[in-house]
Amino acid sequence: MATAPAGTLYRGREGMWSWVAHRVTGMLIFVFLLVHVLDTSLVRVSPEAYNAVIGAYKNPIMGLAEAGLVAAIVFHAFNGIRVILVDFWWNGPRRQKLMMWIVLGLTFVLMAGFLPRHLGNVFGGH
Amino acid sequence: MTTIDAPRSPRMTRTTRRTTRGNVEMVGWLFMRISGVVLVVLIFGHLFVNLVAGEGITGINFGFVAGKWADLRWQIWDLLMLWLAMIHGANGVRTIINDYAEKDSTRLVLKVLLLTAFVTTVVLGTLVIFTFDPCPAGSPADLLPSFCTA
Repeated sequence: MATAPAGTLYRGREGMWSWVAHRVTGMLIFVFLLVHVLDTSLVRVSPEAYNAVIGAYKNPIMGLAEAGLVAAIVFHAFNGIRVILVDFWWNGPRRQKLMMWIVLGLTFVLMAGFLPRHLGNVFGGH
Repeated sequence: MTTIDAPRSPRMTRTTRRTTRGNVEMVGWLFMRISGVVLVVLIFGHLFVNLVAGEGITGINFGFVAGKWADLRWQIWDLLMLWLAMIHGANGVRTIINDYAEKDSTRLVLKVLLLTAFVTTVVLGTLVIFTFDPCPAGSPADLLPSFCTA
């Protein structure tokens, strides 16, 4: 099995994994975006058609998938700002590892606020 | 005496371009960053209003969407979000295709599919925002926003 070359600061470390996560979340968000424009377009068909499809988004399994989607969006957003800071802030490249942990921390905090609210709506009786 | 190139310096062969193709890729790189910042604001606002405020996802139905799009500001918000997110996302997927699809024919097929999905989605979404009728005739009043009967 091939081993990672010694002395590489990037490979297998924070910079690489955040890059991988940025790609995976980005691809996921793009695929959902295509579906989301299609489902929203049903408002142009009839109120009944739109309500039927949006009703599918309210079942518990879709509710959990939405929680994952929002987590992907929040991570992609914060990590995107980290990428911008690495590119434009003079001290960005030196602080990229620290910033990755801040990205994860902020994602965690925002999701801690969002999840009870959203899952309460999905699972709770209204 | 043989000179040895510095590590990781670009190979200069007949097929390697000495200059980049204008500034197109640089403009794309810059667009990803500028649109990214705008999208953070637009999408976080979208998620807050639709999933957190009020009844959250349980409150979303035809009447909710009609109520939002009765306001020109939400139409502009959603239109901008649609266009920026689609260009940002499609350009990101284009980068992924360039990275992983090695055969020219595979790249071409995937990019044609991507362009088709892009054009279809942007045109459809734009038409829906601007041709939307919040009070379609013959629909039950309880499914429509309250201003339809007022």
